[in-house]
Amino acid sequence: MCDTCGCNVTPGNRHLLEPARPAGGPETVAVLQSLLAENDRVAAHNRAQLEAHGVLAVNLMSSPGSGKTALLEATIERLQPRWRIAVIEGDLETENDAERIRTRGVPAVQITTGSACHLDAHMIHDALHRLDLAAIDILFIENVGNLVCPAAFDLGQHHNVALLAVTEGDDKPAKYPVMFRAAGLVLFTKADLLPVLGDFAPARAEDHLRRLGSAVPVLSLSARTGDGVEAWCRWLETALDARRAGATVP
Amino acid sequence: MHELAVCRSMLSQVARIAARHRARAVTRISVRIGPLSGIEPDLLCQAFPFAAAGTVAEHAALVVDAQPVRVHCEACGHDAETGPRNLACPRCGERCTRLLSGDELLLAEVELLHQATDN
Repeated sequence: MCDTCGCNVTPGNRHLLEPARPAGGPETVAVLQSLLAENDRVAAHNRAQLEAHGVLAVNLMSSPGSGKTALLEATIERLQPRWRIAVIEGDLETENDAERIRTRGVPAVQITTGSACHLDAHMIHDALHRLDLAAIDILFIENVGNLVCPAAFDLGQHHNVALLAVTEGDDKPAKYPVMFRAAGLVLFTKADLLPVLGDFAPARAEDHLRRLGSAVPVLSLSARTGDGVEAWCRWLETALDARRAGATVP
Repeated sequence: MHELAVCRSMLSQVARIAARHRARAVTRISVRIGPLSGIEPDLLCQAFPFAAAGTVAEHAALVVDAQPVRVHCEACGHDAETGPRNLACPRCGERCTRLLSGDELLLAEVELLHQATDN
């Protein structure tokens, strides 16, 4: 029983809690709107801005240390200069990841969230103003390393990609169903370590994913050896083609 | 723990609705939340008094209507309640099911007070 959520209010005592009603009493207004309507509004605005410039936006989400930045480095190596890439980096602290990206000649905006555990559409909106969208083909958003909170916030991206390093448990999709259900592509990263680890079964991880009703593609890759990175780059180029084919000219 | 951020977003929506209806206070906020929304109802209730302090909804009751995870099986046509970790059809085992409910994160309704009252 508490004084905040209403669990202590019963039909017998409700009248004690409610102020004397004026004529007509309290008014009940039906809303039926997302609790994150304001974030969703800004996310839609971000998406419209990206689409007006023909930019494909990909949101990378995972636990900390699953290799998001290393994957971006390997991706940049393959796709530059064919495609112009930019990165928005989300971390609680430091510019380290943005600096790693910038040394490859790619514009990177670092968002330091302080103690906030996720990026939201407002942060991305501000970051977009610091980028020249006309000079970008693919924008990567590297979300804060966290398998819980980022899944709830639309940023204006076109695709969510979830990374699962083979150094993690293969039951992560079962433990974090909200995150893995949100993913349009799942990448098993650090796959070069599979033979030495022996306890991560890709088939088991994929089975947990399928139990969530997800039919999305799954790719295994290693940013270090480069194995599988080509398939991931092909997926990106297909997504970019599809986006541009469906895009309306502003 | 992003419930505080969600709570603040909810309260700014509620404040706008209250202003539009020229309400003096908000007495109840009803929300619908499913386990696949990523929001923990208990944490939302804990965050609420902190986020609501000093707002038009300061004395409002937050009522959470928890939604079950329900799926429709495209293979056998069965509708069933399942858990968030396994959305497969409990009758035929088909994994490609369609979610009927369970990912809600909705502000359902608010109850507003218009007149100044004596106590």
